[in-house]
Amino acid sequence: MTAETDTPTASSAAPAARVGRRLPAAMVAWLQAAPLALVLGAFLVLPIIMIVIVSFWGATEYSIYPAFQFDNYQFLFGSPVTYKVFFNTFKYALITWAATLLIGFTVAYFLAFHVRSLTWQVALFLLCTIPFWTSNIIRMISWIPFLGRNGIANSTLISWGVIDEPLEWLLFSDFSVILAFVHLYTLFMVVPIFNTMMRIDRSLIEASYDAGATGWQTLWHVIVPLTKPGIMIGTIFVITLVMGDFITVRFMSGSQSANVGRLISNDIGLLQYPSAAATAVVLLITVLLVIGILLRFVNIRKEL
Amino acid sequence: MERRPRSFYILAAFFALFILFLYGPTITIAILSFQGPQGGLTFPMQGTSLHWFRDLFQEQAVGDIWGSFRRSFVLGLMVMVTTVVVSVMGGLAFRKRFAGSAVLFYLIITALVIPSILVSLGVGLIFGQAGLKVHWASSGFGAQLTWTLPFGLLIMFAVFNRFDKSFEEAARDQGASAWQTIRHVVLPIIAPSLIGVALFGFTLSYDEFARTLLTAGSYNTLPLEIFGMTTNVTTPVIFALGTLTTAFSLVVIGAFLLTVWLMGRRRARQGSDAGKGMV
Repeated sequence: MTAETDTPTASSAAPAARVGRRLPAAMVAWLQAAPLALVLGAFLVLPIIMIVIVSFWGATEYSIYPAFQFDNYQFLFGSPVTYKVFFNTFKYALITWAATLLIGFTVAYFLAFHVRSLTWQVALFLLCTIPFWTSNIIRMISWIPFLGRNGIANSTLISWGVIDEPLEWLLFSDFSVILAFVHLYTLFMVVPIFNTMMRIDRSLIEASYDAGATGWQTLWHVIVPLTKPGIMIGTIFVITLVMGDFITVRFMSGSQSANVGRLISNDIGLLQYPSAAATAVVLLITVLLVIGILLRFVNIRKEL
Repeated sequence: MERRPRSFYILAAFFALFILFLYGPTITIAILSFQGPQGGLTFPMQGTSLHWFRDLFQEQAVGDIWGSFRRSFVLGLMVMVTTVVVSVMGGLAFRKRFAGSAVLFYLIITALVIPSILVSLGVGLIFGQAGLKVHWASSGFGAQLTWTLPFGLLIMFAVFNRFDKSFEEAARDQGASAWQTIRHVVLPIIAPSLIGVALFGFTLSYDEFARTLLTAGSYNTLPLEIFGMTTNVTTPVIFALGTLTTAFSLVVIGAFLLTVWLMGRRRARQGSDAGKGMV
């Protein structure tokens, strides 16, 4: 960080002697952005390039060798498992998205419009975000005593007489996978939606009531449209996190369900890096396509 | 104050349930970690004891917990400092127009949305093919930065979008150099947000699993160690570990929040307007 530059208007006000010694604005900006560009170049761009290259390589049982062949992709697209797994991935993403959106919107709406003092808003908001800064793995593990065969959920339901035998589908099933996703990622919806809601001009809502709208009409025709950018940002977070996940699915399904992330991690476990890389390329393209579509609805930089 | 509508109570109940949903499971394992020596992974409690915590301190019983904790802690600090410095510099850079800023911005978004396992796999492959050894402090460190930096930068964007430029202009008009303006005007104004960036940097690194999976090398970080335990440990000792590391996270979060709060109070007391440079 060498020197801050002047905006055109400010430079005319600065002492003339100084101006000559200053670095050109673009140069300063580049120097300031350089560390960021270096890190992202080395640990994001290069790895992606590497994955694309390796996806054309071949593999034996214990090593990989450079080649230019489409075998990995042919195998990937020729296998019915791939389509099933991709379908599963979208299924998890969609259900989780719907659940986190409903819960996240309601929570944010309560915080933004029903909690009246700023201190309480901040305190309750923090209460919602603190789990984000703790370990996801621990939070997954902590569902075991709840959902297990002899867990709290089953024993409670039995003692209430709702069921006679423990439910087997509570843990290690699609249900527990999605429950864990919702548990882990709802706050990615709450935070951006709350952020947008807090910036809605309150007089718009008063105007809506004055014009005779009911609470529901105000919610649907005023608040929801104005909250859209926050919803979009939350959606991007949740969809990408769920689509790229492999550990939640593996742990919460007891290795019984698969998504694309698990397909990749299984290949890695078998040292089949080229095949893992090919799947990774397809996953990356899928995720970027989805994000590309979502980004058409929101200008992220404007919303921060 | 006007009477609260009925919807308030319904929503408040919903919110309370959500909080219970968020914290309930963690509280449950905190209770279960005090399970008696004969107890299992679920209720009922077979008496209460510190048996499982004691187990943690006997290293041979559960692997290298303390070594991995030390590594995670050091790595967290490294990532935290780097994230703060690089994010502030990047934030300052993005206030100006420069060629390539759009590309860099989309790279930040890509880093945020790319599936973690790709970073892990790609970095691992590069190190493998270059004949370098993967190590948590080199490849692991870089891989984690791709996750913490986007958050740091998003916070900096938000901060600088609300930054009142007239403070800087005033400093310049009084003859402050560019560096003096940053050091004595910009940094004090954005300081509380920097604590936030630091909090993200440390905790996201401390808990990161997927990006470290193939980049940590032969020495595990704590999340890797814990995940290893889930496959072969079937006693409440894993709850004890979970409780301890969550407690540690909470202490760290508390310390950061306390710092922000104390900063705000000190400013209020001294009548300084430093924190008010936001619009």
